Amino acid sequence: MAFITANWNPLGDAFYRQIELYDMGWSLRDGLKDCMVAAAPYGGPIVLLEWQSQRPSPSARPQLEIYSSSGVSMASFPWKSGPVRQLGWTVCDDLLAIQEDGTVLIYDLFGTFKRHFSMGNEVVQNQVLEAKVFHSPYGTGVAIVTGASRFTLAMNIDDLKLRRLPEVPGLQGAPSCWAVLTQDRQTKVLLANGADLYILDNTSCTPVTPPGLSPQACSIINMAVSFSYKYLALFTDSGHLWMGSTNLKDKLSEVETKVRSAPKQMVWSRRPKSQQPSVVLMWDRLLLVAGVCKETIQYTLDEECVCVAELDGVRIVGASRHEMLQEVPSACEDIFKIASMAPGALLLEAHKEYEKCSQKADEYLREIKEQSVLGEAVKQCVEAAGYEHEPETQKTLLRAASFGKCFLSNFPPEPFVSMCRDLRVLNSVRDYSVGIPLTHTQYKQMTVQVLIDRLVYRKLYPLAIEICRYLKTPEYQGVSRVLKHWACCKVQQKEEPDESIARAVSVKLGEAAGISYSEIAARAYECGRTELAIKLLEFEPRSGEQVPLLLKMKRSQLGLSKAIESGDTDLVYTVVTYLKNEMNRGDFFMTLRNQPVALSLYRQFCKHQEQETLKDLFNQDDDHHELGNFYVRASYKESKLEARLSLLQSAVDEYNKAKNEFAAKATEEEMKLLRFQRRLDEEKGEALLGLSLHDTLHALLSANYHKQAEQLYRDFRVPDKRYWWLKLTALAEKEDWDELEKFAKSKKSPIGYLPFVEVCVKRHNKYEAKKYVSKVTPEQKVKAHLAIGDLEGAAEAAIERRSEGEISTVLARCSPTTDRALLERLNRARSTAAKK
Amino acid sequence: MSAHLSYGRVNLNILREAARKDLREFLDKCAGSKAIVWDEYLTGPFGLIAQYSFERQMLNLEKMFTLKGGRLPTADVKNIIFFVRPKLELMDIIAENVISADKMHSPRDFHILFVPRRSMLCEQRLKEQGVLGSFINIDEYILDLIPYDSDLLSMESEGAFRECYLESDQTSLYHTAKGLMTLQALYGTIPQIFGKGECARHVANMMLRMKREFAGSQTQILPVFDSLLLLDRNIDLLTPLATQLTYEGLIDEVYGITNGYVKLPPEKFAAQKKQGEAGKDLPTEPKKMQLNSAEELYAEIRDKNFNGVGAALSKKAKIISAAFEERHNAKTVGEIKQFVSQLPHMQAARSSLANHTSIAELIKDITSEKKYIYSSPFIISVLVNGYFLSDAASEAFFDNLTVEQEFMTGVDTDKVNAYIEDCIAQRDPLIKILRLVSMQSVCNNGLKQKVFDYYRREILQTYGYEHMLTLNNLEKTGLLKPQTSTRNNYPTIRKTLKLWMEDANEQNPNDISYVYSGYAPLSIRLAQVLARPGWRSIEEVLKMLPGPHFEERQQLPAGLHKKRQQGENRTTLVFFLGGVTYAEIAALRFLSQMEDGGTEYIIATTKLINGTSWIKSLMDRPEAQTL
Repeated sequence: MAFITANWNPLGDAFYRQIELYDMGWSLRDGLKDCMVAAAPYGGPIVLLEWQSQRPSPSARPQLEIYSSSGVSMASFPWKSGPVRQLGWTVCDDLLAIQEDGTVLIYDLFGTFKRHFSMGNEVVQNQVLEAKVFHSPYGTGVAIVTGASRFTLAMNIDDLKLRRLPEVPGLQGAPSCWAVLTQDRQTKVLLANGADLYILDNTSCTPVTPPGLSPQACSIINMAVSFSYKYLALFTDSGHLWMGSTNLKDKLSEVETKVRSAPKQMVWSRRPKSQQPSVVLMWDRLLLVAGVCKETIQYTLDEECVCVAELDGVRIVGASRHEMLQEVPSACEDIFKIASMAPGALLLEAHKEYEKCSQKADEYLREIKEQSVLGEAVKQCVEAAGYEHEPETQKTLLRAASFGKCFLSNFPPEPFVSMCRDLRVLNSVRDYSVGIPLTHTQYKQMTVQVLIDRLVYRKLYPLAIEICRYLKTPEYQGVSRVLKHWACCKVQQKEEPDESIARAVSVKLGEAAGISYSEIAARAYECGRTELAIKLLEFEPRSGEQVPLLLKMKRSQLGLSKAIESGDTDLVYTVVTYLKNEMNRGDFFMTLRNQPVALSLYRQFCKHQEQETLKDLFNQDDDHHELGNFYVRASYKESKLEARLSLLQSAVDEYNKAKNEFAAKATEEEMKLLRFQRRLDEEKGEALLGLSLHDTLHALLSANYHKQAEQLYRDFRVPDKRYWWLKLTALAEKEDWDELEKFAKSKKSPIGYLPFVEVCVKRHNKYEAKKYVSKVTPEQKVKAHLAIGDLEGAAEAAIERRSEGEISTVLARCSPTTDRALLERLNRARSTAAKK
Repeated sequence: MSAHLSYGRVNLNILREAARKDLREFLDKCAGSKAIVWDEYLTGPFGLIAQYSFERQMLNLEKMFTLKGGRLPTADVKNIIFFVRPKLELMDIIAENVISADKMHSPRDFHILFVPRRSMLCEQRLKEQGVLGSFINIDEYILDLIPYDSDLLSMESEGAFRECYLESDQTSLYHTAKGLMTLQALYGTIPQIFGKGECARHVANMMLRMKREFAGSQTQILPVFDSLLLLDRNIDLLTPLATQLTYEGLIDEVYGITNGYVKLPPEKFAAQKKQGEAGKDLPTEPKKMQLNSAEELYAEIRDKNFNGVGAALSKKAKIISAAFEERHNAKTVGEIKQFVSQLPHMQAARSSLANHTSIAELIKDITSEKKYIYSSPFIISVLVNGYFLSDAASEAFFDNLTVEQEFMTGVDTDKVNAYIEDCIAQRDPLIKILRLVSMQSVCNNGLKQKVFDYYRREILQTYGYEHMLTLNNLEKTGLLKPQTSTRNNYPTIRKTLKLWMEDANEQNPNDISYVYSGYAPLSIRLAQVLARPGWRSIEEVLKMLPGPHFEERQQLPAGLHKKRQQGENRTTLVFFLGGVTYAEIAALRFLSQMEDGGTEYIIATTKLINGTSWIKSLMDRPEAQTL
């Protein structure tokens, strides 16, 4: 335990430590010399490309090699494209190769080409002088400076929008150094031309001066921006290192390094809650850590190295070793610093004694408890465990924490449990064979989801599933997702036959929830394996999801059945429109005929959009009834009588074919009525055309065309009752009382005479009304009398009929002014009627 | 304005809040000032989930327009958002709007929000019109089930019945199934599904399928609903045809309630208004009122038979005036303070009482008949104050009711009815005739061919031959059809399910039949029997009704099985596919409140209907060109 601090170096009031991550598994002939190297942050992959200029002949192809962080080879292939200016990694572990001509090629982790894009036409002539890959909240971006000294930015390579930045005054060729910053949701370029510093944004180029930069400098020769884009370091040719904020308002410190040559690499080393941030500078044989406190640590390098900035330190990748250089986190410092009396340190000591079965354990514990800092001690141990790389150290700390926890009541278990889980996951991905040296801080920042994605991307499916299960990630987001990716990868294995792949996929995925088989099938189809795709689609429970792919694969009939199965009518419509364009009309109709759901939907569509097609559909089905209806509907759209009549005739024919006698006859009647109306309109100038038979009759009677009305009444066999009503209302409306009386006497009314009374009353003619009261049947007498307001008459009639209900009706109409005697008689009669 | 949604057995405000959140999220996507262009049909349903003032305030909304052809009205906004149903006709209008706007100078961002679902067909149409690229956002706003009241959800889909039963277009059923899935996501999986009818079967199938599809993404929510009952409207065609006799039902029958609002003739409300706005003339605009359980008095009386409303109103009047009298008893400062603090509530109650007294009077004018007055003396004292009215309107109402009741009890349903004949002869509104004739047909299991032809001929001759198409539609949906078998099932169904109760008590009901003063709605009887003793007891009758009946069980995730407390009621969601009437809702509420009922009901439907609106939706009116 004592030698945990062996590789600690003090810097100001903090310590820096080197952690050995891996002995590199690769065997490089010339080390990292003569290589273009790019390593992705968060323990990502490393790419190497031999410098092309070193090659004796231009025809010889340099080798591009991709390794994991532990140096395990993942891909290697000869570089056949143009000269590369810069390599870099995207946030999702894709390789970017920026060529001299501005073309950016994208490869996956295994060296498979994905796509390419260009940084603009202008670049082709002027060439890329320098390029940088950067990460921002918007994704991965690329920045280049061209031979014409112009900068171009692509903020997000997945949503490519090129931005050409304004010209920098006086700049010839490439600037002495530059960097990309993201500030206030804006991406800018910071560049130095000699001693001048400029900020370049979308619209302008602004000269800036860092506060308190040592005046001896004639030129800024290197710069570094921190991982968070908050801090800036500038290195001048006088050997001064300036540190400050990127907004150039504050200066943190300035250190004189006494080295005047330009460092090969310069990166910030910070960590969240840093006590002593520093900048790591690397020259050929020297690594210098310059702290804000102006102190430095020097390391000698015995091989060519590359620095990779991380969220909480700097990784140093060499040909044989891979190390992490970082500030010692305060929890670790408190526990492990020599002679530390921090609670965590005491607890660790106590546990050590306890394991030795020494009573000193009790003494230490008492000491902690007396200060009542046991809770803090446990917390410190748990936290420190997270920062330690060696599983043994982690275990020691966690055991101590667990030991301390025993003496605490109601100490929340979650931090301890989740730390144990996290570390287990981290240790498994840090394993040499996986080679992702994530720190706990990075892991928390990255989230489990992304880690799973990365494992999946590296095709480490079993490990990914293992982790999902271990962390109890909901199946939907965890295991199922991994399996889907596995299946997508599986279907690309060209050598295996469709049958066995389909079986393998279904066996593995069978029980997993929420699997999208259609995505897998789509992948299979992309690889040209249509049959396999169809087989896989069969497993898709969401029939709706199957449809678009089936259409793409020209399995439209199957697509139609699936669309119908899903119940989503919009989907059915989509397939139907697709079929309509794809097939000839006859086949199309036949297909629909076998799918009634689709047919009725298509009919609805035609009804609103394509009337003629509707007719064809009915014709095909010999649906004469609907055809008849179709013609009827069409007839009303015609404004010419002849056209309407001819359509109605077609309707009659169809109705006859459909053996729908009623409809045929009614339509014939309609035609007859139209012809009659036209004749009368022509003869008498009436506007009857289009009225219903009833309204025509009414109009005729009102206009005194009794003869014509009679004729219609007979021709159309209008029921007597209705005709009487008609005539009665028409006459009353005209107030033709003589004619009405004549009509009443013409023969016995089929509707009785109460309507006569009521109609007259309605026209406020009580005198006429009275004439008919006597003719009313006994049952309606009371009503008739009441209608003309003859209370006594009503009373008489009601009493005579001895009907309780009617007497009540009359009573209800009585008012306080009604004759007393009448009331009494009614009441008496009601009680006698009630007794019965 | 939404508090009332939270009070019920199931907190439907959760659903409303979820809907509002989605809306806000979409609008947030369109940065800057916005104008919304509405598909007019949607404004009503949207009113139920968000108030205009709320949106405007929260979301930087500048203007609202109604969608129509031609150019968009000018508005100085950055974003134009179209809220539309996925209908092809509307796409053409939108395309016109966008194309004409392009010619104008200021560049704008266009967005489309499809309600309730995106449609590939529509997007395709926009593409054909060459405007698809002009839209920055195309999104869907899944608004299937809209919380209408504390126990009521509606999809507000007017055409649902017509589409399902006439046009075999099952789009609305798909939306229903989707809506039920949303509901289950919020309120937990419903363990039992019962159903009767073709459409019910279809919806249940889709739900089970969707559940399989979403397997794994299940929510771990303790189920709120114990069971779901899906009912096709076409198993009970009779109920909506009958005139509803509950207070709310009558308001709907007479004035029509749309999206929870009713428009009333202003005359009766004149006096009240004058207190506030002195010197104003009689209002000519119809008075618009919102009707829901947020209004205490309305919640109390809406489900009563209209004959019981008078009593309730007069009782309420006494309570309120007694409450106002309290002020004389308030002596100390504390008492006065307490009285004053109650004033706003009392005043609201008083104005609510005044409103409903006016509405009741309006309805009274139309419905009052001798019989009613004798059976309910309270109405006279409270509402009419001795003044009595018996004009043609009320008489017609009464005659109509009598005929309806004759049909429902099976009197002379096989002959041509003289009253209907007279109504046709007097050219009464066609819908009224169609309602009556359909009712006769339904109660007779189809009309004799001769009677059927006679009615049809009368209708065509009187109202015009173009109604042939409407008659066809009614025949296809089974509302008005010829008898195919000599056997009439209706009497058996009526007797087994006790659809007619002679001694319906309107004042203090003891059976659901009070909602139609004698007729117990068939649909509700099915729900009632299902709860107790179960459908097995009525297998025979179920076979007579169209479509299959079924029961499905949905597996609950482990640990979510409900442990029922002693005496705790079950909660059943009853979904009416094709519409439900207010009277049916009242009947279900009555069952919920029965002390030994054991079941509480939440009601969902595609649309709230009454006989008139229902028949109207089935009518085909070819727009005739003038000759």
